Amino acid sequence: MTDLTQLGVKDIRDGVRAGDFTAREVATSFNAAVADAAALNAFIVTTPDHALAAADAVDAARAAGEQLGAMAGVPIGMKDLFATNGVQTTAASHILEGFTPRYESTVSQKLWDAGAGMLGKLNLDQFAMGSSNETSYFGNVSSPWRKDGSNQPMSPGGSSGGSSSAVAARIAPAATGTDTGGSIRQPAAFTGICGIKPTYGRCSRWGVVAFASSLDQAGPMARSVEDCAIMLGAMAGFDPKDATSLQMDVPDWEAALNSDLRGKKVGIPREYRMEGTDQAILDSWEQGKAWLKDAGAEIVDVSLPHTKYALPAYYIIAPAEASSNLARYDGVRYGLRDLPDGSGLQDMYAATRAAGFGDEVKRRILIGTYVLSAGFYDAYYTQAQKVRALVARDFERAFEQCDVILAPTTPTASFPLGSMNEDPLTMYLNDVFAVPASLAGLPAMSVPATINEHGLPLGLQLVGRPFDEQGVLNAGLAIQQRAGFTAKPEKWW
Amino acid sequence: MSVDKATVAKIASLARISMDDAALDRMVPELNGILQWVEQLGEVDVTGIEPMAAVIPNTLRLRADVIDADALTGGGRQGDVLANAPAAEHGFFGVPKVIE
Repeated sequence: MTDLTQLGVKDIRDGVRAGDFTAREVATSFNAAVADAAALNAFIVTTPDHALAAADAVDAARAAGEQLGAMAGVPIGMKDLFATNGVQTTAASHILEGFTPRYESTVSQKLWDAGAGMLGKLNLDQFAMGSSNETSYFGNVSSPWRKDGSNQPMSPGGSSGGSSSAVAARIAPAATGTDTGGSIRQPAAFTGICGIKPTYGRCSRWGVVAFASSLDQAGPMARSVEDCAIMLGAMAGFDPKDATSLQMDVPDWEAALNSDLRGKKVGIPREYRMEGTDQAILDSWEQGKAWLKDAGAEIVDVSLPHTKYALPAYYIIAPAEASSNLARYDGVRYGLRDLPDGSGLQDMYAATRAAGFGDEVKRRILIGTYVLSAGFYDAYYTQAQKVRALVARDFERAFEQCDVILAPTTPTASFPLGSMNEDPLTMYLNDVFAVPASLAGLPAMSVPATINEHGLPLGLQLVGRPFDEQGVLNAGLAIQQRAGFTAKPEKWW
Repeated sequence: MSVDKATVAKIASLARISMDDAALDRMVPELNGILQWVEQLGEVDVTGIEPMAAVIPNTLRLRADVIDADALTGGGRQGDVLANAPAAEHGFFGVPKVIE
């Protein structure tokens, strides 16, 4: 029998439907692969019984002749930022260690309703703050990829680093991610997989641990554009419990996939040619243009003049929102409580938060508190929000001249764990190409393009108009078909 | 603008994060590095630009004026709400004694 762990979402769904194998066989194979991959540290907790129970329900439904859901029989990894009923949810923090929700996030519930099962809760950067998966309280995640001839552990990207590592290592066919400033796209690019952040509001944020509410958006990570289209369809949809949820129909993205780009214009933003970008990345960008041209698209130059200001604006807005969102961790209602002898309420707050938050989380809370404080609010926060408006306007104008934008996902390939920790700023710069689309709330995707001279994967990014996930997926598919990216990491774990 | 140790201590106290001297000393240059870098936003001409809070046009909805319309977010879930509390007492969240 074929190794079921090599299959993606579509092949598993279709195979289970056709009776080529049972959902239980699939779940059993992936549970074993997960158990065998502890060295990656991709999972904080594993839930083999959840995967088996969901699989048995799908097999029973099929035997009874019932209609199967869009994700029927597909066991997935769940980023540990989604609240899961009865299963510890930590956001990779000490302050939420042991927190066991009594409710299910909307996105995870929709996936279970569509027939998916859960292999476990995936590791991530603490509170999704990081770009290398080195800020988790539960330890670094290793990428399954290594440089040619080296056994140095590499970063899987972040914050959805457990997700990217698991999917690239074939211990999960797909995983959920969340993207605040690149946290789906950058890890996808680092590990040679696909990931799409939909338009802000497509996926409900209800039950997702909040980082920066005006930016946070969930999305799928998988190994093909088709798999992303299927899974995004299962995750998206209006939810009255999220005030920013989009009240609009979810298109059948999978059915409408079409890589014929004749009549489409692809914009190349000239400001994305930045100093410090690897030559291999610039080469892959050129290659990407040629592929899309080959698919029938016309390539046009566009300008996004405020690109260089997007990242600094993000590092005011996101910490500001985080400092407010994370005020809820007070040692009173859930999670950790540190109550030094004889201390009062205020001391308990301060001690709990000192013990429960990691350094990067504290740094961002302090920045956020500072930029929102009296006397500095206008100079920092209001100015950043105005710059955000300009970044969004740049995109609006660019989309008068093109249908989709092509750019690199990251300025470099993955780097060794521990190599970027000297200065927080160096790490922030890794999201320079991802953040502008986040600030503008636009759908954006990373697809694998090629491998660099060290054998590490590189990704290309597609950014679309609001609500045009289809245009992004279609251009992604055109690249996927031409890139023929079949490289995969050699098993060392 | 840059921050000194006293300012960082003040911010940490506003954010209710206890920090000892060593932690403050570490944090000062890191925060200054970030603040100096974001300073470049001052170069941008924002004349006539409204600050943006919501990126995708959306209108806020009113829910139906019904008690407990949504079973999940309505009332009557005291047990669930208290289930993860570090110190639940007599059906309430327990906190250290507060004397003003």
